[in-house]
Amino acid sequence: MQIFNIVIAGVGGQGVLMASKVLAESALASGLDVKQNEVHGMAQRGGSVISFVRIGDQVCSPVVMPGTADLLISFEPLEALRYIHYLKPGGRLVYNKVSINPSTVAAGLAIYPDDVEEQIAAACAAAKGIEALSIAREAGNGKAVNMVMVGTVMKDLPLKEEIITEVVKQISQNKGVEVNMKALAGGAAA
Amino acid sequence: MKKIISGNEAIALGFGDSGGVFASGYPGTPSTETLEEVARLGDVYCEWAANEKVALEAAIGGSIAGGRSLSTMKHVGVNVAADALMTLTYTGVNAGLILMVSDDPGMHSSQNEQDSRNYAKFAKVPMLDPANSQEAYDMVRAGFEISEQFDTPLMLRTTTRIAHAKGVVVPGEKIAPQIGEWVKDVPKYVMLPNFGKIKHVEVEARLLKLQEFAETTPLNRVEMGDTEVGIITSGVSYQHVREACPDASVLKLGLVHPLPERKIREFAASVKRLVIVEEMDAIFEEQIRAMGIEVEIGKNKLPLCGEINADLIRVALDDTKAEVVAPVEGLPQRPPVFCPSCAHRGLFTILSKLKTFVSGDIGCYTLGALPPMGAMHSVIDMGASISAAHGMAKVNAIAGRDEKPVAVIGDSTFFHSGITGLLSMAYNGGNALVIIMDNRTTGMTGGQENPGSGNTLQGIPAKQVEIAPLVKALGIENVAELDAYDLKATEAAIKKGLETPGPYVLIDKNPCILRYKIRKPAIHVDQEKCTGCRACLKVACMALGLTASGEKQKVRVDPNVCNGCGVCTQMCKFDAMHELEGENNANL
Repeated sequence: MQIFNIVIAGVGGQGVLMASKVLAESALASGLDVKQNEVHGMAQRGGSVISFVRIGDQVCSPVVMPGTADLLISFEPLEALRYIHYLKPGGRLVYNKVSINPSTVAAGLAIYPDDVEEQIAAACAAAKGIEALSIAREAGNGKAVNMVMVGTVMKDLPLKEEIITEVVKQISQNKGVEVNMKALAGGAAA
Repeated sequence: MKKIISGNEAIALGFGDSGGVFASGYPGTPSTETLEEVARLGDVYCEWAANEKVALEAAIGGSIAGGRSLSTMKHVGVNVAADALMTLTYTGVNAGLILMVSDDPGMHSSQNEQDSRNYAKFAKVPMLDPANSQEAYDMVRAGFEISEQFDTPLMLRTTTRIAHAKGVVVPGEKIAPQIGEWVKDVPKYVMLPNFGKIKHVEVEARLLKLQEFAETTPLNRVEMGDTEVGIITSGVSYQHVREACPDASVLKLGLVHPLPERKIREFAASVKRLVIVEEMDAIFEEQIRAMGIEVEIGKNKLPLCGEINADLIRVALDDTKAEVVAPVEGLPQRPPVFCPSCAHRGLFTILSKLKTFVSGDIGCYTLGALPPMGAMHSVIDMGASISAAHGMAKVNAIAGRDEKPVAVIGDSTFFHSGITGLLSMAYNGGNALVIIMDNRTTGMTGGQENPGSGNTLQGIPAKQVEIAPLVKALGIENVAELDAYDLKATEAAIKKGLETPGPYVLIDKNPCILRYKIRKPAIHVDQEKCTGCRACLKVACMALGLTASGEKQKVRVDPNVCNGCGVCTQMCKFDAMHELEGENNANL
């Protein structure tokens, strides 16, 4: 198969890395080659985070270049816009509609644009926004936003839903299995 | 069994599978997860050292005592360990010794962009440069074999895109550790000048032998393709080359020091255009040009700064401008920031207000330099906050300036190399206010244990150093506690420290809220009382924001983000901010 490029964006602390892990492990379990890469380290929370997952028969570089992503998953609307140039023409975008203020906005140094979602829609006709936080809360934990997002994109991936579900089951800690399963299903139904 | 793991995890696994016995390191992005994974795997002894010099010296001891040893650190850590390294290369090893160093091209989380390949040349030691997780795994075993065969320490170098990138690894057979003799050998291990002179000759001879080894080892391989373009490369750059030019001929170097001269000559002669693709410094290129080999494309077309990628290689080869896919302009930046309810926020709110010069250090608190705080005015290297503040104070005194500098340093950085600076300040009659933010963890690298946290890397209860008695023992008479969550008290304590002549140390002992999972109910803003004066926004907390534009903007608190520390409420003059009753929703 041709290489399938996924970019996952969000804010530090939202679980971008766990979502990346689910996709990478699912690719491995499907017998495909995969590289997953993100940059982390500077501080713990609040910064912009971007992660790459590349799936194919043979994957060389761990980096997705701008203009080549088949799928952009963003956990926050402003971050969707920040990385929307990674999408290739016709690429798909799914984003969580719940916004988080950057520190610059919180400090009154910048304004969170009112029209982020309009700008997203103008740049990507196939963009889809979902209320991931409320779906995660319905599933039992607001922190399960990452699994909701994975659920939402399941059908857009070159991976079988059963394999992804199984991987989520395996890597969830005891109490988390039920919540994550509900979050995944909630995302898939959104 | 196939696994998908990062380069760091692969090295940890490779270490255990290669009969590794002892590992010591100091946390530093992007190297940190290696030792954490050794600890998690659980079958090999490992520890966090107080700094990288101590870590490497401990690994040297491990090797002398006959156990295969590993020392891990980030690139700038090697500067700290260099004193040990530059003589270790003379003594050589007993059991194999690997110094793993992670470079950070692009400076994702570092204060400089130094290229550790320079250290391999400098120390005249072999260096391996893996191109993916599988190679990272395999090169640990190969590295120990080379180290033992040639009686040399070996450097295993990764970059961020190898250390943190996950790829598929098939582990090999596990070798049980075999601990050798603990040998007394004065001429080998005592580097008095007379022994050192003999050893230096041996080091030069060893390098020639390693060069012969480099000619034949499968670690350096030629992948012949189209002979129009031949590319010499290594590490993650190899992957970018394969992405950009799948058909080109490639000489992929796994052993990047010393270089295989004959192999390079043969390869250069077999292709029309010779291209060198290497991140950061022109290490290969300078050596290859010095061999008298013509290089068509190297640093004349590729950058010395930042990361290489497939597009940069395409542009360099085709001499065309790539189509630039531009990001959306004018979006608010989202820089990293103190966590909601971090104790650093209160400290920097006050330092920002007092407008005093702050000599900073390496840690989460470095973020105090960013707007709107802007309350850190120099950050050089680990420990420099204290020593540089001391120099500033001395020059200020000579200049007749009546200003006392403030140094801010965290617990782990203080243990790493702040203690010596403070000792020197006390000894030389210094005049600075030193604030030690003792949150009982190495925060910025993800909350590692340290000599103050009460546990070892392997989770064993440990001696927990108390900083106040330590500081007093160094000769500092004025030592007081600080509670950075209390803004008034913090301001008073800092003012007192600045007004009192001589060295003055304040210690904040509030624990890291993230590491110790401290949760408090969120703050609520009474919209009737809020006047929209924005005084609270000065604390730069991402839980705070303004209500939608249009009407008169007031402050609101995002209960999904707020962790109820109450620092913002102390900024409010209108009694509009209060703690909410009930459970915390913070999505930390």
